Amino acid sequence: MTRLWSWGALLIGIAFFLMPLYGMTEFSLKMRRGEYSFDAYATVLADPRFQATFGYSVLMAVLTILCGVLLVVPTAFWVRLKLPGLRPWVEFITLLPLVIPSIVVVFGYIRLYNTSSWLPLTGSVTGTNILLMFGYTVLALPYMYRAVDTGLRTIDVATLTEAAQSLGAGWVTILARVILPNVLGAVLSGAFLTFAIVIGEFTMAALLDRPAFGPYMQLLGANRAYEPAALAVIAFAITWACMGLIQLVTRFSKHNRVAR
Amino acid sequence: MAQPRARIRLPLTWLGVVPFFVFVGLFLLLPTLYIVVGAFRSPEGGFTFGNILALNTPTILSAYWVSIKIAFWSSLIGCAVGFAMAAAVTVGAGPRWVKNPLLTFSGVASNFAGVPLAFAFIATIGPAGIITLYLRHEFGINLRLMGFNLLSTLGLVITYLFFQIPLMILIITPALEGLKREWKEAASILGATSFQYWRMVAFPILFPSILGTMALLFANAFGAVATAIALTGPSLNIAPILLYAQIRGDVLGSPNLGYALAFGMIVITGLANALYIVLRARSERWLK
Repeated sequence: MTRLWSWGALLIGIAFFLMPLYGMTEFSLKMRRGEYSFDAYATVLADPRFQATFGYSVLMAVLTILCGVLLVVPTAFWVRLKLPGLRPWVEFITLLPLVIPSIVVVFGYIRLYNTSSWLPLTGSVTGTNILLMFGYTVLALPYMYRAVDTGLRTIDVATLTEAAQSLGAGWVTILARVILPNVLGAVLSGAFLTFAIVIGEFTMAALLDRPAFGPYMQLLGANRAYEPAALAVIAFAITWACMGLIQLVTRFSKHNRVAR
Repeated sequence: MAQPRARIRLPLTWLGVVPFFVFVGLFLLLPTLYIVVGAFRSPEGGFTFGNILALNTPTILSAYWVSIKIAFWSSLIGCAVGFAMAAAVTVGAGPRWVKNPLLTFSGVASNFAGVPLAFAFIATIGPAGIITLYLRHEFGINLRLMGFNLLSTLGLVITYLFFQIPLMILIITPALEGLKREWKEAASILGATSFQYWRMVAFPILFPSILGTMALLFANAFGAVATAIALTGPSLNIAPILLYAQIRGDVLGSPNLGYALAFGMIVITGLANALYIVLRARSERWLK
């Protein structure tokens, strides 16, 4: 009986997961009538708009990761070291982006930072790009903060800081050369997850009217038949690669730590 | 009494968290607050409940209602299937070696949302999808004549399940592994059958986690915009798509009504998440 439902649940679930994966792969290969071909991929990859939007989103992802690390690592470190009473508050705030739908946040941006406001970020292209990067940093905040905070938990922050201070290190040195290398695995985990989220993000980019990969995919989906399936396969591969890298990093950072 | 000779130092430790609070203030809290305040502001700038009351139109109410239905069913089915799968490989009779690959896959699938996910399902069970055509040509089953349409509420529920089930698996597996072997042994020594153990011991312990995760999945599906837009275009009347159209082109004809619509979404996802936090705290009494 137990055996029956265990296998039943597993098989039904796995069949459900495989169905769209099989469907999109098969569909993406059927552009040429009567035979399998990579025509859909070739068309997508050769599309200059694909290259432009994909490049834009990769750049955005990298900038978002940098911004997130610069914001989260010092804050998480400082809160752990000096202001532990503030921790529940910071934790609560970093979870808010999971509560407030991103469409509401970007709605606020559009109204708050329009051309007639005190900080007219949406008035210029650079300003809008920066606003989008900040928006992505907000989206990544829950994952980034939790990853870094978990990483900090495994090291003795206070002792390491005191040791570094005794040797004459300043705060920047402590952060960059003592804390960051020790939580690098956690930071990279958060970074890859951020990358996976930012690369295909649609809502914020579309509403801020930036030429990102997500809106491009949506546009292609409305006009073409086979190329969207190829894009889905590519996007799935990217997500898979990011998750694989996270596992790799986690395993690696476990190995180089001394067992206690 | 000797006065302490230490110099008075200004408390400056708070300076370290200023960048963080300025950032979240400007780019998370203030924008949200602006929407919330806007929902209660009349076009002339005074306080009013008029915008909230104006949400009471057939279009907007049905948009919320369809959204709630989609979020509810996708979270309920996602919870049930995800729980069954996670239980099968942790405490059930399923093969244990499947557990780690399943968790890895869940990590990928729960992040495979948005536009590409919609494409995958259109290519599979859309009007010209692989499986749709296969069923029609090989078995003469016409899904469309049977009333199935991917670009509908049911279609959205099926599509959302692709990230809801993995999310459930990821969250509930640690809880299932927290079930102590001693509990099961104690129950069976007292003469309980496997079913009784599940009904009277394991399930009551897990129930807050399951319900809490369901609330989280609900909020997750309720706020999803990209998948819905890529799947159905702007045609389907659900709250996130209506808000999207409102931001793009003021389809409701009143900016403040847009704020009220967004405020309603925050309230719903906020309640669901509050439920999650409360229930998670309760589940931690037994599962640590």
